[in-house]
Order: sequence, then C-alpha cells, then structure tokens
Amino acid sequence: MNRYSLWKYLLVIAVTVLGLLFALPNLYPAQPAIQISSASPVVPLDNNVLENIKTTLTSKGLATESIETVGENKVLLRFDTPDNQLAAQEAINKALGKDFNTALNLAPATPAWLRGLNPMNLGLDLRGGVHFLMEVDMKSAIDKSLARNSEEFRTLLREKKINYLGVKRVADHLVIQFKTEELRDKAEDELKGQYRNEIDFSNSATTKGAALKAVLTQTNINNTKRFALQQNITTLRKRVDSLGVAEPVVQQQGLERIVVQLPGMQDPTIAKKILGTTATLEFRLVDEGRDAYAAQSSGRIPSGDILLKERNGNPVLLKRRVMLTGEYITNASAGFDQNQQPSVNIVLDSKGSKLFAKATGANVQKLMGVVFIEHKTDITKQEDGTIKKVTKVNKEVINVARIQDQLSKRFQITGLDSPQESHTLALLLRAGALAAPIYIVEERTVGPSLGADNISAGFKSVIIGFVLVLIFMAVYYRVFGLVANLALTLNLVLIVAILSMLQATLTLPGIAGIVLTVGMAVDANVLIYERIKEEIRNGLAPQAAIHSGYEKAFSTIADANITTLIAAIVLYGMGTGPIKGFAITLAIGIVSSMFTAIMGTRAVINLIYGGKKDLKKLAI
Amino acid sequence: MNTKTQRNINFVGMRKPAMVFSILMIIASIGSLFVNGLNLGVDFTGGTVIEVGYPEAANVDDIRKALATAKYDASVQHFGTAKDVLIRIAPQDGVDRSKVGDNILSILKQDNAAVEMRRVEFVGPQIGDELRDDGGTAMLLALAGILVYVTLRFEFRFSVGAIIALVHDVIITVGIFSITRMEFDLTILAAILAIIGYSLNDTIVVFDRVRENFLKLRKSNAEESINTSINQTLSRTIVTSLTTLLVLIALFYFGGKIIHGFSLAMIIGVIVGTYSSIYVASSSLLMMGITREALLPPEKEDDGREDDGSMV
Repeated sequence: MNRYSLWKYLLVIAVTVLGLLFALPNLYPAQPAIQISSASPVVPLDNNVLENIKTTLTSKGLATESIETVGENKVLLRFDTPDNQLAAQEAINKALGKDFNTALNLAPATPAWLRGLNPMNLGLDLRGGVHFLMEVDMKSAIDKSLARNSEEFRTLLREKKINYLGVKRVADHLVIQFKTEELRDKAEDELKGQYRNEIDFSNSATTKGAALKAVLTQTNINNTKRFALQQNITTLRKRVDSLGVAEPVVQQQGLERIVVQLPGMQDPTIAKKILGTTATLEFRLVDEGRDAYAAQSSGRIPSGDILLKERNGNPVLLKRRVMLTGEYITNASAGFDQNQQPSVNIVLDSKGSKLFAKATGANVQKLMGVVFIEHKTDITKQEDGTIKKVTKVNKEVINVARIQDQLSKRFQITGLDSPQESHTLALLLRAGALAAPIYIVEERTVGPSLGADNISAGFKSVIIGFVLVLIFMAVYYRVFGLVANLALTLNLVLIVAILSMLQATLTLPGIAGIVLTVGMAVDANVLIYERIKEEIRNGLAPQAAIHSGYEKAFSTIADANITTLIAAIVLYGMGTGPIKGFAITLAIGIVSSMFTAIMGTRAVINLIYGGKKDLKKLAI
Repeated sequence: MNTKTQRNINFVGMRKPAMVFSILMIIASIGSLFVNGLNLGVDFTGGTVIEVGYPEAANVDDIRKALATAKYDASVQHFGTAKDVLIRIAPQDGVDRSKVGDNILSILKQDNAAVEMRRVEFVGPQIGDELRDDGGTAMLLALAGILVYVTLRFEFRFSVGAIIALVHDVIITVGIFSITRMEFDLTILAAILAIIGYSLNDTIVVFDRVRENFLKLRKSNAEESINTSINQTLSRTIVTSLTTLLVLIALFYFGGKIIHGFSLAMIIGVIVGTYSSIYVASSSLLMMGITREALLPPEKEDDGREDDGSMV
C-alpha cells in the first residue's frame, strides 16, 4: 500500500534535477562591474580611451578581473569586491570626464556550461540603485492639444476665408467668436467635417454676434492621454540611455504613471535632473519696432507679442508666432563657438529644415530670440485633503542673435552659462521634448553599501532559520524528521529555481517571504506526521498508519495552504515593488512546499518503509 | 514520543476567562488606536526618509540643528547603531518635495564629508494616500475572499468564527503597534496580511478536526467534540507555531533593521494567532450554537472528494 507507481518517483526525481539545474546559476553570483559607454555619438570609445582607463586603474592600484568589449562603444570591467568597484568608478569618472558614462553594474558570471540559465534577479534594495515613480501631468497634455487645435482653427478658417473674431480658451474648451450667425454656421460645417470624432461643436450663447463651442471628445482625451504617456516613456527611455546605466527599467504603471529604475546609479540628483526636466526650445522673431522696456514698465504688451526676460534680466519683446519648436530637432551636441564660448550644435529634420529655412529666409538681418522653456510642477496637499498640482512654466530668452543667413538644417546656438549647461541642454534636446511635463511622486534610492548589507542580512537569516528548523525536526520526529528536512531542502532549492526561471525580482521582503515559507513549509509535514502518530495511538498497524496519515491530512493541508495563498495573491495585487516581492516568494513557497511535503516525502517514506512487510515500529 | 495517550485539557471550560482576556486586549487596542493613533511611516503619510551612515558615532542633536538652520523640521534619531542616523521629514509646503532628500544630503556633506548615503525614500502625498487606501482595501478583500472560501468548504458559522478570530488577531497586533508607537510602514501591512493567512491556516486545521469529530463522535455534545478536537490538534499547532517562531526569531536578530518591524509584527501575530485558533474560533462556534446537524451534508450534495479518503 505504501508504494508509488514508477512515474511518480520519476516525477519527483525530474523535479529535483530541474530544480537543482535552475538554481545552480545562483552559486555564481553576479560580479560588481563598471560599464563605460560613450555619452556623445561623436566621441568613440577607442584604444586611446582604453589605455587611459588602464593607466588610471594601475595608478590607483586597482586590479580588474577582466576587461571586455560589449557591443559598440561599451566596455565592461569586472572587479572582485564592491569597494574596488566604487573606487574604480570614481577614478575613471574623473579621468574620462563628461564625454563618457561610467555606470555601476552587476555583470552575470554564469559559467559557459550553464549559459542560458540566469541567477535570480535582484531588486534595487539588494543591489543599490534608484527607483522613481513619475506622473504625467495630463492637464498640460490636454492644454497643449487645445492650443494646437486653436492654431489649426485659425489657419483653417483663414484658408476657407471665413471671418472670425477670435479663438478663446474657456475652462476646458475653446470658443470661436463670429460676427454673424451665418458665418458661425458656415464655420461649423467646415470644422465638423475636419474634426469628426475628435471635437464636438455646438452653438454657444454669447452677448454679441455668434459663438461656436469646441469640446474635445472623450475618445480624443483618452487618446491624447495615452499618447502623452507613450511619448514620455519613449523620451525617458532615450534619456535613460544617455545616462549610461546598465539594465534600466522604464515602464508604464497604471494610466498616468511611469516607473523608472536605475540599478547601480548612486547619485539620484543627476538622474532627477535629466529625467524630470521638461526642457525645450522655441525660436521667435524679436519685435524690433517696439520698446521692450516701455512695455515692461507700463505693463501693456502690444498685441501679437509676448514679453520675456533674458538671463541677465533684460526684457525682450518677441513675436507671438513661433518660428520653430523643439520637436523638429533630431540631434544636438555640445561644443564651442569661434569665441570658445559654450554652444550647442543643432540638427533639424527635413520638415523642420523647410520650416526654419522659410522663416529665417524671410527675415534675414532681423533679430531672433532663442527661448528656453522649462516646466516645474509642485504638488501640495490642501487642508481638506485634496491634492493640488501647480505647474509653473519658466520661459527664458537665452540668446538674441541677428539672422545672418537663411538657416536650415544645421546651426549653432550660444548664450549658455557653462559647458555643463550646454552639455545638459544638448542631451535634453537629443532625447526629445516630453509630450507633457512629468513630476516625481515617489523615489526610493538605496546606496550600494546598504544593498550589500541587505543581501548578507537576508542570506544569514535564511541559513540560520533553516538550520534551526532542521535541528528541531530531526530531534522531534527522528527518521521522519530527517525525511521532512530533505523535503525542506528541496523546497528551498525549488523556490530559488522558480525565482531564477521566472526572473522574478528578489527583494528584502522577498527574502523574508522565503524565510517565512521555510517555517510554514514544515506545517504540512507536521500535519501528516501527527496524524500518523494518532493513527498508531488508535491501534493501526504502522503501514496502515502511514497510508491513513497521508490520506487524511491532505484536505487539511490543501485548505490551510489555499487560504494563505489568497492572502499572498491579495498582497501581490496591491503592493508596490518590495511588497510584491514578498507576495511572490510567499506564493511560490506555498505551492512548492505542498509538492515537496506531500509527494516528495511520500516518495522517500515509501522507499524506506514501503517494502517492509513486517513493519512493527515507526521511528517517528 | 507522544504516541501513547491523548491529552485532554479542558480548553473549552476555560473559555470564559479567555474571552474576558481577549475582550480586554481588544478594548485596550481600540482605545489606543483612538487616543494614540498609529505611528504611520513615510509610505502612508508621504514625506522623505533619509538613512545615513557616519564613520564614527554621530551626534543627533548637531544634525538636527544643522537641518533646522536650513528650515527643515526634521526628526533625527539613531537607527540600529550609533553610527547610523535616520532622518524623517514630513511633507512641507512650498518646497520641491522631491529635492528635499538631495538638499539634506548636501547639507550633511558640508558638515562632514565622510557621511554616506544609505537610502533615500521620498513618497509624494498622493502615493501615501493611495497606499493607505489600497492597504485597507487589501485587508477587506482578503477577509472577503476568506469568508467565501471557508463558507464553501465548511459552513457559514465556521466562516464567521474564522473571521472573528482573524479580526481579533489583526486588532490586537495593530493595537500593540499603537500602544508601543512603533513605526507602522508598508512592510508591517504586509506582515498583517501574512498573519491573516497564517492564523487562518491554524484555525482551519482546528475546524477540520471539529468537523470530523462532530460527525464521528455521535455520543458527545458540541462542547466535548470541540474540546477533543482542540486537544487532538494541539501537538500540531504547537509544533508549527514553534518552527515558524524559530525562523522569525532568526529573521528578527539577523535580518537587519529594515525588516525588524516586520519580523516583530509576525512574531506577535503568530503568538496571538495560535491563541485565537485555540480559544476564539471555537468559542465563537459554540456561542453561535453549532450542532452536529449543521455539519451533515444536505441530501443532494455532490462530494466527489470522497474517494481519497478525505473527510466529509
């Protein structure tokens, strides 16, 4: 009766072997490494740079385990300890300067015969790094959309020669004013044809003349939001690439948020600056006919103009109509102009080149202003508990220059404070403007030393907890206890294997989950063994007791584990990163412990006791 | 060991003093929650937490003064050893909150260049609110899911009993955190959900046995059946609690400061949970007038599980 059919033994063996195989890569943990990549497309990572790196390291007395070239323009240096890694990063960063990114990395060290299998994916709280949760300012995205529509209405109505008095923004929609109802109706027909499904047009009550109300449809709003999020993710990815971090994560979370994770990054300030800045450029003609100072002091700005300040505080009157916006910029690099002043070299795409050529060609010898635009959003919590978002737009004129020639595809702008600023601006322009401003709603940064501390603490507690339980089970349940210990060991191996296979992220609470599972996994065995003891007490023969013990305990084990599983699933659904890690390891641990406790131990017990026909006493 | 005789401690007889004890604990917990509230961590309130390490023992007062000069109202305390300092800043108006961490680090660096950043956590106000709401929802969802599951597997009064035991455990655990003013952060919430799972685990095992005995022991009344059930499952309950406590103690001492609160919460939960499985759950059953008849399957019930010898 206590025999397993062959396939069941084979199943247990197969699972054990697979488990060991998938868990094995974890014996070769990732090594501290540095990834060096070129920050600018014009500066290659050639042999000179490599020599520079090598001499820097030798001069500091740091040895690397190996130097590998990884793809184009990337080099990986491995070190034996995190301390060496950090010291080397500082030294190399200083030596190579701004043109190169020196990023901390964990390089996999899986031997060749295990290639294809990976060790567990360590979370940020174990390897150090920065985690940002950013929210897209959807209101700004909608604002932009309305502004664009407003401009388009004007152009369309002008083309169709329909006279309108003005296009105004009212709350969350637009209102176009007309002199007569006839004009309004004509416009409505035209516009309705163009904007089917995008904008709803309706008559709007007004005191004088007639007005047309334009409201964005819900589909339009949803699309705008979705597009803004996607655009921002793409832009962020490019910006993150330029930071040179290895294995970054940029993902959507929910409908309005983006998660950015930068493992190994130590200085969140730079990351925040690069990621959070919504910077773009605008080029506008200077209104040379009017006096900016007069406008500033009187407060009356001539229609068709806007008043902005230069860096030094001088007011400038710029035409309202924009000659070129930042979206057409395909490439930008930092450099110096003929006076050795920091500058940014800009390359436009074909559409932009045409637009800009036309605009500058018509205005040669006129003054043009370069406007630097930055969005800053502040979130405050009011007394009544509501959240208020305030977005400030900072527009500054960084340069006013006379257009010497028609400009088209390539040109240079100057007027920047420092090489650092030109560098940052070039980077931001290269990566593209964000479709809508983003702000950081959550940040978790873990320094590398804490990461290493957490790993060793987690490791220690798993080992010690495990050993304590092993001793207890062996003493209390004797032979059966030893079998349970085997199951416990297999359970631990399976958890590691499944985590490695799924590449699920292991966090510190995740390790706590593993430790917890170790303690709870024995429960199934305890249930079975206590039942066996009871059956013996009730007079059953040992063989029958074993059989009955396993049978009767099964449904209890199932019930009990399923309820803990429910808790784990709920946790997974609501949690953020580290808590999700806990839920995952708990869930995996429960499932694997059911397998090892029921099938695993049964197989071993059957092998030990199953064949014995005259079993009189059980060592339990 | 212990294969000889069956213990028979009169648990059920002691249930009145146990109930009084439980009610006192619950009143104390709820009272403390109203008076003291919970020391909510940054995860729920929003704000910034910075942990820094110094090469030698750090002076907490100096740090606090330096930050106050920069107009930061910070709570500064040691964290683990005298060399580690934990700085907490509540959400402040008019300041770019996401930059608070960086600003504080630069201030600290000016005082002592050897300061090392261990971690920085910034939680914006809406995230804090969301986590609070999500946490509450999670707990309710878990309880609801469990109510349904237990009703399906047992009977309605069992699930009510189980829920009462769980609510008892959660209130007392949270109450202890309120009384001691220990920090209640996201990991503690995770611990509470884990405790719900674990305590239910325990309770189900007892219920399982109660159901089996009700149907088997035709001569005993409800009280006696329950008593027998508890006694029979006692070995298992104690052993499992013991092994779980062993690992939790390992986690408590060796797991580091970050999950210190988590392991403590779990230890409290396991102890209270074991107690509730023995007393609270069964007392509730008795109070609700559980009888043998309630457990008999209705005529048409399809119990396909019978072949495995599992209980009916």
